[in-house]
Amino acid sequence: MTILLSLQGVSKRFGGLQALSNVTFDLPEGQILGLIGPNGAGKTTLFNAINGVYPPEEGRVIFRDKDVTRSKPYDHARMGMARTHQIVQPLNELTVRENVMVGACFGHENQHLGNAARIADEVLEFVGLASRVDQLAGSLNVAQKKRLEMARALAAHPYLLLLDEVLAGLNSSEIDGMIQTVLKIREQGVTIIMIEHVMKAVMNVSDRIIVLDYGQQIAEGSPEEIAKDEKVIEAYLGDPKLAEQLLEEE
Amino acid sequence: MQQFSLLLTSLPDGILLGFVYGLAAMGLTLIWGVMNVINLSHGPIIALGMFGTFFLFMRAGVNPYVGLIPIAVVGVLLGVLIYVIAVHRVINAPHLSSLLATFSVNMIIIGLGTAALTTSPYNVDFSAGSFKIGPVTLLGTRLIAALVTMLFTGGLYLFLYRTRPGKFIRAVANNRAAAELMGVPSTRILALSFGLGTMLAMVSGALIATFFPFSILAGGSYELKSFVIGVLGGLGNPIGALFGGLILGVIEGIIPAFLETSWVPVIEFALFVLILLVRPSGLFGAKK
Amino acid sequence: MKLWHKYIGLILPVLAVAALVAWPFVTGKPANRESAFTILKAVALASSLNILLGYTGYVSFGHIVFYGFGGYIGIYLLTAQEWSLWNAMLAGGLTSGILAFLLGKAILRLRGAYFALATIGVNEAMKAFINNFDLFGGPTGITLNFSVYKAYGGAAQALQTSFYIGAGLALLAVLLSHIVRTSKFGLGLLAIRENEDAAEVMGVVAPNAKTWAYVLSAIIPGMIGVLFFFKNGNVEPHDAFPLHASIELLVMVMLGGQGTVLGPILGAFAYQGMRGYLVTSAFFKNIQLSVSGALLLAIVLFIPAGAIGWLRHRVPMIRRALA
Repeated sequence: MTILLSLQGVSKRFGGLQALSNVTFDLPEGQILGLIGPNGAGKTTLFNAINGVYPPEEGRVIFRDKDVTRSKPYDHARMGMARTHQIVQPLNELTVRENVMVGACFGHENQHLGNAARIADEVLEFVGLASRVDQLAGSLNVAQKKRLEMARALAAHPYLLLLDEVLAGLNSSEIDGMIQTVLKIREQGVTIIMIEHVMKAVMNVSDRIIVLDYGQQIAEGSPEEIAKDEKVIEAYLGDPKLAEQLLEEE
Repeated sequence: MQQFSLLLTSLPDGILLGFVYGLAAMGLTLIWGVMNVINLSHGPIIALGMFGTFFLFMRAGVNPYVGLIPIAVVGVLLGVLIYVIAVHRVINAPHLSSLLATFSVNMIIIGLGTAALTTSPYNVDFSAGSFKIGPVTLLGTRLIAALVTMLFTGGLYLFLYRTRPGKFIRAVANNRAAAELMGVPSTRILALSFGLGTMLAMVSGALIATFFPFSILAGGSYELKSFVIGVLGGLGNPIGALFGGLILGVIEGIIPAFLETSWVPVIEFALFVLILLVRPSGLFGAKK
Repeated sequence: MKLWHKYIGLILPVLAVAALVAWPFVTGKPANRESAFTILKAVALASSLNILLGYTGYVSFGHIVFYGFGGYIGIYLLTAQEWSLWNAMLAGGLTSGILAFLLGKAILRLRGAYFALATIGVNEAMKAFINNFDLFGGPTGITLNFSVYKAYGGAAQALQTSFYIGAGLALLAVLLSHIVRTSKFGLGLLAIRENEDAAEVMGVVAPNAKTWAYVLSAIIPGMIGVLFFFKNGNVEPHDAFPLHASIELLVMVMLGGQGTVLGPILGAFAYQGMRGYLVTSAFFKNIQLSVSGALLLAIVLFIPAGAIGWLRHRVPMIRRALA
C-alpha cells in the first residue's frame, strides 16, 4: 500500500484563532477519506493547507514523496492534486467546455488544447453536463456549477481529488447521482478526500473518516468506529441534528 | 552652507505646500475609501476650484478666504451631481468602468473649460504679506492655506466621527452591504461622500490659486500628487492623507537643496511605485 | 477543431487592416494616408493592450510607457549610433519587452486599482526621468537629422515606407492577438481574468503567465514608438509618455469590446474616426473633448461590454466569427 499524501503535525493560525493544530494522517492510494466536523472546525482550512492556498505555519505536507508544504497551488495542481471549492468559483465568461479545458491544460498531464477539448467533452459527459458545453459557465445553476467544479478537477486526471461539500444544496436524487459519480471516480484509481455534511453519504462512501473539531483531530477510523465514538458524538451535541444523523447510521 | 540657506527657504515653503497637497489628496482618498473608486476627474475639479477663486476675487472682489465658502458649497453639489450621473451606475462594476466613467467626466470638464477659458495661464493677484521668523520668510497666503487645511481636516474628522451622516459614511466605507442591512441609506451616503471629496478638491484648488498661476489643465499634476499622497498615507485614510501631503511637501522642500528641481517628480513617482509594492496599505494604514 | 474554425476569427480583423492600407490609394488623397497611419497605429497599440487588459484582466493605465521608452531607445540608436530603422525598431521592441518583464515581476503582484495606479506611477516616473536624462536630450528630447531620411530615399519616400511598416506592425499586432487568444497560453490568461485564485488552483502559473502577457503587450508598442518618432522627426518626453493617450487606448479597447481580437480594431476605427470628425467639425471643434467624454460616459454606463460584447449578446450565432 503506497502512501499518496501524508500530513505531519500541520498547524495553522489566523490571528488569535488556532484553525488547525497538529493534524497528522497518512492517506493510502485509492482510498476515500471522509473529513467531517461541525461548522468552523477547520475542514476547508485543511484543504487550503494541503493544496497550498494557505500554507501551514508548522508541520509538513508530503505528496507523492515530495514535501509540498511551501509550494504554490499551481505546483500542487501540476503534481496531480485537484480540488473543488465549497463556494463555487466558475470562470463566468468562459464556456463550460473552456472551464474544463483549463483543468485539463494546466493540470499534471499538461494537455494541449486539442486533447483538452476531447477530455473536457468526456468529463462533462461523465458528470452529466454534456448538453451545456457551449453555454457560459456564469449561466449555470448552483447544482450545475458544482458539477462543473467536479468536471474541472477531474479533467486534470489527478492522483488526489479534494472535494469540498459537493453535495451541499443538492436534492436527494442529485445527491444519489453525485455519490455514484464519486464512486466511479474512485474506481478509476483516484484517491479522494471529501468534506461533507451529508452524513449518510460520507458514511456510505468513505473507507476511513477523520473528525475535526476546533482544528483538532478528535477521532479517526472506519465509518463504524466513528459512529460509535463518544468524543465525536459529544462534539456534535452542539449540533443536535447532525448528532442524530450520525447515530442513525449505527 | 549655501545648501543650508537654500534649505531654510525651500523647506518651510514645501511643508506649507504639503498641507494643501494633503487637503487635495484627502478628497481623493475619501472617495476611494468609501466606494473603491479612483476619481480621475480629481484634477479638473481642483482646477475648477482655482477658477472659483479667480472669478470670485478678480471679478467680484470677494476675499479668497471668504470665497472658500461658496466654493465648498458648489463643490459638494458638483460632487453629488457627478456621482448621480456618472458613478452610481458603475459603483459595483469592475474597476475599469469606474475609472473610465470618472475619466469621461475629466474630459467633459477639460473640454468645456478649454472652450470657455482657453489653456493660457491665469493669475490671482492676491497677497497676504509675509512673515519673518529669524532667517525664514513665510508667505502669508501659504501660512493661511495651511491653517485652512488644518481647519478642514479637523472639521472632516469631527464630521466623520461625531455626526450621524459621518458615522454612516464610515459604516458604508467599512461594509456597504452590512450598513444597508442596518438601514443606512447607502446611495445617499455614497453621493454625499463623493460630494465631500469633490469639495475638498475644490477648496484645495481655491487655495493653490493664491500661490501659483494656473490653467484649466493645472489640476493634472495635483491629481498625480494626490495619488502619490493617497498611497503614502494609505488609500482610504483621509487623515493619513494629511501626513502624506506633509511628507511630499518635505521631499519637495529638501530635494531642491541637493538636486535639480526637475528630479522631484522622478523621486516622487519612484517612491509611489515602491510604496505600492512594499506597503500597499500605505505608511499609516489603509482602510482594509 | 476544424481548420477554418481556427482562422474564421481572423477574417474580419485582417480585412479591416487591409482596407485601411488600401484607403489612401483608392481615394488618391495623400492626407488620407496620414489618417490611415493614425488608425493603424491605434490598431497596433490597442490590440497589444488588449492582450493584458482584455485577455488577462489587468487594467494598465500607463501602457504608453512602452511606446515612449521603446521609441526613445530606437531614436537614440538611430541618431547617436547610426543604426538602421529596422534594427532600431527591433531594439525598441526588445527593450520595451525587457522593461515589461522586469516591471511585470514587480507590479503584477498588485491587483485591481492598485495595479492601475502603479502603471500610472511607472509612466510618470519614466517621463520625469527621461526629462532629466542628458543622453536622451533631457526636456528637449532628440531631433533626427534630416539626412537620416536619405538612406530611405528622401523624406517623402521615408513617409511612404513608414506607412507600410505601420501597416505591417498593425497586422502583426492583430495576428499576435489572435494567436494568443486561440492558444493554450491564452486560455490560461482568460482563466486568470475570470478568477485568478481559481486559475492557480487549476494549475495556471499565474505569475509567469501574467508577466509574459505583459511582455507580449509591450513589444509592438515599443516598435510603433520608434516608427512614429522616426516619421515625426523628433521625440520629446511629453510626446513620448502622454498619460492621456494611454487612457485613449483603454477607451478604444473598451469601445470595441475587450477580450476579443476584433474589438480593439473596431474601437480604434470608431474612436479615431469620431475624433477626426469632431476636430474638423465647425460645430464641435471647440468642445470636441467634452463630446468625446460624454460619448465615452454613455458607453461605459450603458454598453460596458463594448460593441462586440453587445452584438454577441444579441446575436449568439456570430459568437465564433467575432471571437
